[in-house]
Amino acid sequence: MSSQLGSLRFRITKRFGAKTVLDDFALTVRGRQFVTLLGPSGCGKSTALNIVAGLIPASDGELWIDDERMDHLPTEKRGFGMVFQNYALFPHMTVYGNVAFGLELQRRPAAEIRDRVQRMLQLVQLPGYEERYPSQLSGGQQQRVAIARALVMHPRLLLLDEPLSNLDAKLRIEMRAEIKRIHARLGLTCIYVTHDQTEALSLSDWVVVMRDGVVMQAGPPQEIYDRPDNVFVADFMGFRNFFPGEVTSAGADGQAEVASGPLRIRGRPRRTLASGEAATAAIRPEDVQVGGEAAAPNRFDGKVEIVEYLGRDNEAVLTLASGTSLWVRTPAHLSPGETVPIAFPPDKVILLAGAAEPRPT
Amino acid sequence: MRGLRRGEPRELDLMAVACLAPSVLYVVLMFVYPFLRGIYLSLRPGKEPVGLSLANYVAFFSDEWQYGTIWITFSLAVPTTIVVVATALFLAYGMRRGIRMERTITTILVLPVSLGVILLSIGIQGFYGTRGWFNQLLVGSGLISEPLRLTNNHTGVMLSLFMQQFPFCFLMLLGYISGIDPTLEKSARTLGAGSWTVFRRVMFPLIAPGLAIAFALVFVMSFAVFPSAILLGQPAGSTRTIAIAAYHQAFEHYDMSYASAIAVIMGLCQLAGLVLIVLVRQRMVLAPTMGVGKR
Repeated sequence: MSSQLGSLRFRITKRFGAKTVLDDFALTVRGRQFVTLLGPSGCGKSTALNIVAGLIPASDGELWIDDERMDHLPTEKRGFGMVFQNYALFPHMTVYGNVAFGLELQRRPAAEIRDRVQRMLQLVQLPGYEERYPSQLSGGQQQRVAIARALVMHPRLLLLDEPLSNLDAKLRIEMRAEIKRIHARLGLTCIYVTHDQTEALSLSDWVVVMRDGVVMQAGPPQEIYDRPDNVFVADFMGFRNFFPGEVTSAGADGQAEVASGPLRIRGRPRRTLASGEAATAAIRPEDVQVGGEAAAPNRFDGKVEIVEYLGRDNEAVLTLASGTSLWVRTPAHLSPGETVPIAFPPDKVILLAGAAEPRPT
Repeated sequence: MRGLRRGEPRELDLMAVACLAPSVLYVVLMFVYPFLRGIYLSLRPGKEPVGLSLANYVAFFSDEWQYGTIWITFSLAVPTTIVVVATALFLAYGMRRGIRMERTITTILVLPVSLGVILLSIGIQGFYGTRGWFNQLLVGSGLISEPLRLTNNHTGVMLSLFMQQFPFCFLMLLGYISGIDPTLEKSARTLGAGSWTVFRRVMFPLIAPGLAIAFALVFVMSFAVFPSAILLGQPAGSTRTIAIAAYHQAFEHYDMSYASAIAVIMGLCQLAGLVLIVLVRQRMVLAPTMGVGKR
């Protein structure tokens, strides 16, 4: 249904005064791919999206779709659809007026406009809402209209700038599924910007993790989730416990050991590590085992400090003998003050090259 | 405080009434009473009036020297209003996303407000007068041979009105326009709208309410033109505005009743202007909204 593109390639540098917000940020998107730019606020992801849309000029760089250079075209000539965080519906137009807006500008025949708008409202499950005004709709409905308004133009590329961030948690999950359904159904090519790792993982074919205008890691979601390249990406992907130290032995079984203060932690290295090299061991709170056999490796004792009841399980902060805090997520009942044995299953521990950087926020 | 449930009749809250009283009293004392008194006064003409009479109004509308002031005032106020609002709209729209040195430019634009009408008028007289710098520059550079007459006529009054009204209008519209969500413009552009279409289809309908208020305020203030009509116009001739006519009756002929009648007529003219603005606004705003989906 949408006019397809073979591939989109860009390379962008953006400076605001002396500050470089995007440093030669390059990306290739294949047709029908769903690519997510993931990063904390201020990492340059939204700026990149706005530059691709032509809404902000780049300081340097280029943008190609197949053999066509696009970066000199104004926004209105690029033919990219865009969905914004705050929906950006025209408040003085009805739902119909909003969705028909772009087609009217193209001077399409009235019958075609009516037909396409109707079909698009069906697709986003809002038939019958034509005469409503945006102020009469809920946030989720407004975002559906915004998506319909962009898609009715059959854009070659759909840009989504944190489209779910203004919605409440339940609606966000619903709309996420909706976006996934529409993407699959129409075979769209999408670039999606978010700071939410769950959205990135669940929607994308390809995730680009960004920090300060630089790509920290790019790859399929499973790879980003299971094998983060560095502490920043690991932290973003839910590894909360970091033990900086140095490599003591690089085992032949694909595992290695890191000494972090008095702790010796075995895990799987992200790449081959040499003995003596600086490295950081990392584990997710939910991967920490409470209890378990005494002979297992990576066994420590932890004193329970704080327990938060989260329904299905508990989140607890423990202090290890080394004085390090450890976040644990477990269905086991823990009470503050008690000392419990815990274990890090070695295959759940990743060893990252380099010392832990200051924790990103 | 007690919560108000929907559908339940609101109880008359003594506390609320007590809190409202000072402002109600103020409005009555400072506005309602003088206003009604003015109307009453205008209906009791002569030195020893008996009963109510429309004689003042009849006198006004049978004397061309008097009723002509209505036309004179409109001919000053309407063009001024249009030029002021159009210029302010143009500039404010251009500055909606901020420009370099915005603060400096805004300060310069707003400065005339702080100076007061008299100083402004004397300044205009000195700059644009027949022997002012402006004319000397034009004559000196050989562009014109005779100095232009820019003061002591219609043009002079309008220049002065423009400088008084523009800053207000500009600031108001700038606030109004920069309050419009910038992503609306962005989304219109991604849908294929160029700058002009963005203005016409998206921004203008959203600015229209603010524009109507700007029109109304500038018109009402311009219609009451008095000091600049005297200082920069011909108060006994081509710029004898309705405010001057009322002033003459009140403080030269000491006929407060007739003066009140003229003031009431002036008020009605301003009201007519406002009604017209509201009607035009309704047409303007409804047109693009109703257009979509009905074609």
